[in-house]
Amino acid sequence: MIPAGFEYHRPTDIASAIGILQQHGDEARVIAGGHSLIPMMKLRMADLAHLVDLQAIDDLRDIEIAGGEARIGAMVTQHELITHEGLAGVLPILREAALQIADPQVRYLGTVGGNVANGDPGNDMPGLMQCVDARFELVGPEGTREVAARAFYEAAYFTARGDEEILTQIRIPLPVQGTGYAYEKQKRKIGDYATAATAVLIGNGTASVAMTNLADTPIWSEDAGTALAGGDVEGAVAAMLGAIEPMADNRGPAAFKKHVAGVLLRRAIERAQQRAG
Amino acid sequence: MTKMHVKLNVNGRAVEGLAEPRTLLIHFLRENLRITGPHIGCETSHCGACTVDMDGRSVKSCTVFVAQADGAEITTVEGLVNEDGSLGVIQEMFREHHGLQCGFCTPGMITRAHRLLQENPTPTEEEVRFGMAGNLCRCTGYQNIVKAILASAEMLNAQKEAAE
Repeated sequence: MIPAGFEYHRPTDIASAIGILQQHGDEARVIAGGHSLIPMMKLRMADLAHLVDLQAIDDLRDIEIAGGEARIGAMVTQHELITHEGLAGVLPILREAALQIADPQVRYLGTVGGNVANGDPGNDMPGLMQCVDARFELVGPEGTREVAARAFYEAAYFTARGDEEILTQIRIPLPVQGTGYAYEKQKRKIGDYATAATAVLIGNGTASVAMTNLADTPIWSEDAGTALAGGDVEGAVAAMLGAIEPMADNRGPAAFKKHVAGVLLRRAIERAQQRAG
Repeated sequence: MTKMHVKLNVNGRAVEGLAEPRTLLIHFLRENLRITGPHIGCETSHCGACTVDMDGRSVKSCTVFVAQADGAEITTVEGLVNEDGSLGVIQEMFREHHGLQCGFCTPGMITRAHRLLQENPTPTEEEVRFGMAGNLCRCTGYQNIVKAILASAEMLNAQKEAAE
């Protein structure tokens, strides 16, 4: 499987990358780890004349923990996320989720930025980022702006990112000490997307719950979080199951996915509660 | 499309060539450089037969454009032999423990196992299975592959101790 030809660019700073996007419009796309884009190009479902590789932009590779938040560069790979001890100390849910993404080879190249920016409902990071209330930094010709993960996803592959913008950084407020967490994912095999997955945080009178691949965007339910914060597990599960809209596909009929979603939610909530305190 | 000038270091040797940016790394290795250790299995980043080591990371070379790899250091199964050309430890252990039947997946298995043992020289059986999850074998049922990798870890650690 050979993709259609393209011209390759490897800019060394963000301004040049945006310049190339401005110059070529729809014809150009950025590539991070490439593990979503390259398969689509090989199937000729993505057609572009200019590929803008972000690998040489050093600023996008940093992980910083300061001022009560974690700042993760868009080009940080899943492997780097997993092996970063500082991050595992303050936001262990990231490692727990990243270890359930794809396989080792894919995690060496697949990036956090690509995973959140692609807008694929099957990706794990978008739901997780909604759970932890992340904000995405977008840089474009007009400058820099931030969009909350909870407001970023519009439909499958449609996000708040403009065509000439690049998602450069993810900022996550650090949960207070003693916050319980869990990421649960049901998949048919290693490398598959989730049949259902869920991210849960519980602690200090607050809670947050999000789910993955059960609608054409990730689903974060404020009602589920409120119920869970008040200790009402069944209320939280009911609110979440009411908010998702699974579709039948090769992972099963909608009713089955709802069933799996309920099982995973209860499991994740129980584990997060055990870890809280 | 215009071809680009690609420079790589493959198995310790500087190589260069002209290739279209869309050329996949696996095709460049096999067709331009005639390094045919890495195999094309599924070509969809599932099976891991095309696994090579790129700048210290195991990657599926069917899902990397040669343009992205420009400037990288690549190690393939050919590069894992001893200096005198005899089989390296992991290769020898795959033979010893019968870690293959048809052998098609073996170059990817060995190249991935090499990186796994670099990062974790004393893995448990579970860690080996988790670390090898990106490589499929349709013959062995994995049992002997796992044995071969655990035996490689022991052998490499014994060699390291003897050298110290």
